[in-house]
Amino acid sequence: MIVETGHYALVLALALALVQSCLPLWGVARRDAQLMAVAPPVAVMQFILIAASFGALTYAHVVSDFSLANVIENSHSLKPMIYKISGVWGNHEGSMLLWVLILALFGALVALFSRAMPDDLKASVLAVQAWLGSAFILFILLTSNPFARVSQPPLEGQDLNPILQDPGLAIHPPMLYIGYVGFSIVFSFAAGALIQGRIDAAWARFVRPWALLAWTFLTMGIAMGSYWAYYTLGWGGFWFWDPVENASLMPWLAGTALLHSIVVMEKRDALKIWTIFLAILAFSLSLLGTFLVRSGVLTSVHAFASDPQRGVFILAILVFFIGGALALFAWRSSALKPGGLFAPISREGALVANNLLLTTACATVFTGTLYPLALEALTGEKISVGAPFFNLTFGPIIAPVFLLMPIGQMLAWKRGDLIGALQRLVFAGVAALAVALIFAAIHGEPVVSIIGTGVATWLIVGSFVEISARIAGRGATFRTAFARAFGLPRSAWGAAFAHAGLGVTLLGLAATGWGVEKITTLKAGDSVDLGPYQVVVQSLETRPGENFKASIAPSKIMRGGVVVASIEPARRFYPSRQMTTTEAGIATLGMGQVYVSLSGENPDGSVDARLYWKPLVAFIWIGALIMAFGGILSLSDRRLRIGVARKARAAAPAAIQAAE
Amino acid sequence: MRIHFALALFALLALPAHAVEPGEALKDPALEARARTISGELRCLVCQNQSIDDSQAALAKDLRLLVRERLSAGDSDDAVKAYLVARYGDFVLLKPPFKTETLLLWGAPFAVLALGALGLVVAARRRRGALIEMTEELSEEEKTRLAELIKEQ
Repeated sequence: MIVETGHYALVLALALALVQSCLPLWGVARRDAQLMAVAPPVAVMQFILIAASFGALTYAHVVSDFSLANVIENSHSLKPMIYKISGVWGNHEGSMLLWVLILALFGALVALFSRAMPDDLKASVLAVQAWLGSAFILFILLTSNPFARVSQPPLEGQDLNPILQDPGLAIHPPMLYIGYVGFSIVFSFAAGALIQGRIDAAWARFVRPWALLAWTFLTMGIAMGSYWAYYTLGWGGFWFWDPVENASLMPWLAGTALLHSIVVMEKRDALKIWTIFLAILAFSLSLLGTFLVRSGVLTSVHAFASDPQRGVFILAILVFFIGGALALFAWRSSALKPGGLFAPISREGALVANNLLLTTACATVFTGTLYPLALEALTGEKISVGAPFFNLTFGPIIAPVFLLMPIGQMLAWKRGDLIGALQRLVFAGVAALAVALIFAAIHGEPVVSIIGTGVATWLIVGSFVEISARIAGRGATFRTAFARAFGLPRSAWGAAFAHAGLGVTLLGLAATGWGVEKITTLKAGDSVDLGPYQVVVQSLETRPGENFKASIAPSKIMRGGVVVASIEPARRFYPSRQMTTTEAGIATLGMGQVYVSLSGENPDGSVDARLYWKPLVAFIWIGALIMAFGGILSLSDRRLRIGVARKARAAAPAAIQAAE
Repeated sequence: MRIHFALALFALLALPAHAVEPGEALKDPALEARARTISGELRCLVCQNQSIDDSQAALAKDLRLLVRERLSAGDSDDAVKAYLVARYGDFVLLKPPFKTETLLLWGAPFAVLALGALGLVVAARRRRGALIEMTEELSEEEKTRLAELIKEQ
């Protein structure tokens, strides 16, 4: 009964979404406040209904209701509870339900927290969001119903794919989806504003927190996915330029560009057309990713895509929304007047350069991901586009971003002083050189890694130069500096942290060049030298788990004869699916990691293993977390909290002035 | 989206073979290093965008051994790749060759960058007219007035 209620709630949500699609827009056209006022409560109710529906599916998974096809295919009564819950979105139908849940969540959040927004804009935005909701709920109900029952329930389920039985599944998809789908509200803002025909700096202020929120979660989601792949796939890689990864990277690049152009639009009333275009683009790329992953066009071994009907349905949604938004854009954008003027060397100019490079990088990923598909469709010829291609094209395009970033931050609005900016960055330059030389002295080649550490330091130090000048500038005592630091807008701190985070990630990436790799067979008592460490295998044993059997090689990690850590690399065998997974043994030492992964057993009882020493590798993901922290810091800025009246802060008027 | 990638991989992990195995390595470290580099650039044909160096599929193992066999026989790096392309087509190369069909692929990133930059230059030219007001020197009259004002202080 609970399951049927969930199904029914989803149908009701569709009905509400349709109401929300039409009435508010009618109200906007007729300037009828009552009709416009329909949107917010309906948006909240729609979210509640989808949440109920999602709750019903979760319930079915938790109690292992094997009369549901979705539960049979993805669950098992012995599966640990955390995977029973996260297994809800570990499959196509459930993850689509999560998709629409987040879509409705953003609609509800706008309905509840955007009090200061003009009613007509709010009505238009919520209406567009409801079109998206209607399309995807319809998609679920018609092609991917998670509530389908079977007539003869089996006693036991087929279990969740063992690779997905990992804490990563509990965190990664929800975060990624909040980011990915979060851009839908930015899209709705753009389409709503285009329908209204009123696009100004105020619009930029309303949309910025939502773009920041989506970006922050997308950043964390991608980083989390990368770390999951790193520890679970067993060869120590963390980014593969896989089409599915690219599908999440593209909205991230477009979203990053958007965050920067919104700033220009908000402060200087410039780049309006471009910002609207990016707002449409970011979510269009999310839609494209959804299509690529679920339509089956990418590859034949893809387990998610069996039904071509789904692909055609999503393609129709894709064409309708992207095509519709672009048509609206073409129709309305010519009426937009370019705003504030600026010289090429200025903060605006730097942000334009940022946008040019980020969108080019995005276009590169787009081409590399879709070209093989297009070529095969047109000529029948099959080619592969892999990591070497992206390293050769994406690399040189993104590198100038790193070099220019600190400089851009030092330039004034309207017209900047390049020489002055460079002079103020001398310290960052010296620090970069010093760090690069230190790494060169310790580790030596490869040269790329040495340069990488230098550039990373340039980024990290450069990100804080401007802030520290504002704090410790003229006439600073300890007390005033402290007060100024607190008086600075949080968004300034957020930007500094986000930029520095990128530098930290770059440092981790650069250090991969100094990694050590050993591929060997291990027996109990073996010792393997690995950079500064020795890995000593204690024993080889088997151990039962809840729903698997593990072969483990407990090992000690020694340095200079002292045990510094112990690890348990394992291979798990899941009888229900007759599958084996690899659980790497990882010890984080400093910021580096010793990584041991077992690849198989030999007849003589020894095991094949890959062992790595990866110096500073943790920085790759810590950097991403710092970036996300910067996003959160920026979100907490009072100026972004819509409706909060701006009060002068007595504590640090000078700092505030400098910030404006 | 990681799950879907993982899903794609699960088919491979079910196979009873492993990525680069200890027994495969060549005795000569220089030759083995070349083999590793080449392996990193060759696609495991039954996998999704994985190199044969990373893949655990049985086919990847066969290809790794084949690469080492050719290298031991004295082939150059390019000859080994050419040998595999002759058998499996360009599909086996993770770095697509530069030719007519891939012109657009290799050219697109730089074309986008060039077009974007061109567009910006044109836009900047158009703005320059308006900017002149901002950048113009003070006239003589304004300069004397400014000097007076400063004196008054």
